[in-house]
Amino acid sequence: MRLVIARRQDVPGWLKLVSPLYAIALTLLSGAAMFAALGVSPTTGLYTYFVSPLTDAWALQEVAVKATPLVLIAVGLSLCYLSDNWNIGAEGQLVIGAVFGAAVAVATHGAPNGPWVLPAMIVAGMVGGALFAMIPAILKTRFQANEILTSLMLVYVAELLLDWLVRGPWRDPHGFNFPQTVMFEPEAQMTRLMDVGRLNISAPLALLVVAVAAILLARTLKGFEIRVVGEAPRAARFAGWDPRTLTWTVFAISGALAGLAGVVEASGTLGQLQPNISPGYGFTAIIVAFLGRLNPIGCLAAAIFLAVTFIGGENAQIALRLPLDVTRVFQGMLLFYILACDAVIAFRFTIVRGDASGATA
Amino acid sequence: MTLLEAILLTVITASTPLVIAAIGELVVERAGVVNLGVEGMMIMGAACGFAAAIMTGSTFIGVLAGVGAGVAMSLIFALLALGLAANQIASGLALTIFGLGLSGLVGASFIGAKREAMPKLDVPVLTDLPFVGPVVFGQDPFVYISVLLVVSVWWFLTRTRAGLVLRACGENHTSAHALGYRVLRIRLFAVMFGGGCAGLAGAYLSLAYTPFWSPGMTAGRGWIALAIVVFASWLPWRLLMGAYLFGGITILQLHAQGMGVRIPSQLLSALPYLVTIVALVVISRRRSGWNAAPGALGKPFSRDY
Repeated sequence: MRLVIARRQDVPGWLKLVSPLYAIALTLLSGAAMFAALGVSPTTGLYTYFVSPLTDAWALQEVAVKATPLVLIAVGLSLCYLSDNWNIGAEGQLVIGAVFGAAVAVATHGAPNGPWVLPAMIVAGMVGGALFAMIPAILKTRFQANEILTSLMLVYVAELLLDWLVRGPWRDPHGFNFPQTVMFEPEAQMTRLMDVGRLNISAPLALLVVAVAAILLARTLKGFEIRVVGEAPRAARFAGWDPRTLTWTVFAISGALAGLAGVVEASGTLGQLQPNISPGYGFTAIIVAFLGRLNPIGCLAAAIFLAVTFIGGENAQIALRLPLDVTRVFQGMLLFYILACDAVIAFRFTIVRGDASGATA
Repeated sequence: MTLLEAILLTVITASTPLVIAAIGELVVERAGVVNLGVEGMMIMGAACGFAAAIMTGSTFIGVLAGVGAGVAMSLIFALLALGLAANQIASGLALTIFGLGLSGLVGASFIGAKREAMPKLDVPVLTDLPFVGPVVFGQDPFVYISVLLVVSVWWFLTRTRAGLVLRACGENHTSAHALGYRVLRIRLFAVMFGGGCAGLAGAYLSLAYTPFWSPGMTAGRGWIALAIVVFASWLPWRLLMGAYLFGGITILQLHAQGMGVRIPSQLLSALPYLVTIVALVVISRRRSGWNAAPGALGKPFSRDY
């Protein structure tokens, strides 16, 4: 008997669907071990992280509130990664989107305005995010500068810009010197959907984005182009597609969606700008994109799962006194296992009877 | 001590972690592998190094723990990117996210703990020389180790057979494999060396640079180290120059803030990141035409089963 490992000619579809589930199962197992090491009962730990966020209506709303920016950003990143463009600066594009959106809210503050304020904020935020994402895109196509490094460096720049704004020119004069802007007027805040809780119109908006992106990828020529450029760049060149235009397109789309997520955070979740407006959504969305197999509908499911870990992490901090870093460890482990499972399914493992020389025939 | 001397001394300490982390990643990339997990390995080195130093009271054991943590982290990356031929960019990102989280857990109980920074070299007579003394003979051991590392890597890559084989794996792994070299094993050693260097750089931060632990204390230095490798066109000597350039900018902006220059402090803090972007653009533009990057960089290698 011996184990034969062979590369599969074609990975069957069902295996591609179950591989993320394997990854989640392995993450839960490792999580149980980690809880044991931290002196927490593994069942209590896993329950707090993965089940407690789903047990009451308020927590469910919070899951949706956290999943919304994640799925918005992850859909955009999926388009980038599919076409071999490595935008990892979504966190910065989110911040700039929030800043552009908030500029409208701050400028119109205190004056009677119509219902146009919120749509204007959304447009401004998306334009801001897209412009900011165009910087690494243009540096890549014009100067061949590595987009991974430039997009990441711009995250720090964006965060410092936000910090300056909320401590300097945009600080609320009646805010007791706290580094934050004024609370936005009601017309500059996303309409809440329930009487209690923070669920707002951004959640259905995100679903719409998922639907549009799914159709774009599966049913349009642009979607086909995105997939071909990533998987077979030579074929794409023969087809006459310009990889530079595509780089600009996917960076602009993902920047606009990250900017939209920024407006959602500033206007829907917080109602103002603060020095920290995101618990790392832009980075977590990278994991969401991979867990969702770079597919918009998959991203939706993955965003909900990772949103659960955010809420679970907050619950665990309160109930079990575990630091918030546990959430990040979970997220990192999850990405490891996704990548490992995806690599493993490319091989076929079979046990062959017979001696080591393989002379069974 | 003159102002110039003070600035020069701080530039050296600020540049040293960048030199150490970047020279490790340079070897990794010359072997044809991109490990974007430098930031994660570095912060684990900082957390584990500090924790071990506090628990044992020994700086030396702290340094060893930091290096060990970096190597251990790099082995996770090696398992994914080399063992399973997974996407290197995503594997490296996962390593950074994982490391930032795990370091928080490791360091949680050491926040607020303080210890003496590593003592600086004190050679009688030589260290007392004006100007040259403190700058050349009055540094902590890490500074000398960092220069030694650069010299050794340069010598290894350009003057030894093993270094030639390593570069062959990075330029064209198929040919190297056909010649009978163990591509994956060589890359594994390179990745481990990179991990050890990143861990050492992290340990330097928490044991000598700022002798305490705070979450996220690497503040993007791992990413800047990656940029320095590109900036240096994968050449050790240029890497040394690049790291000191970036260290110099970090310190200059600190001094500018201290002297109350009428520019928002956030703009000054953003300078190292902005300069990194500009440097990448300038260096990438100048090279368009011939590409200095190792030929097989980032491409996974697997023997066909």
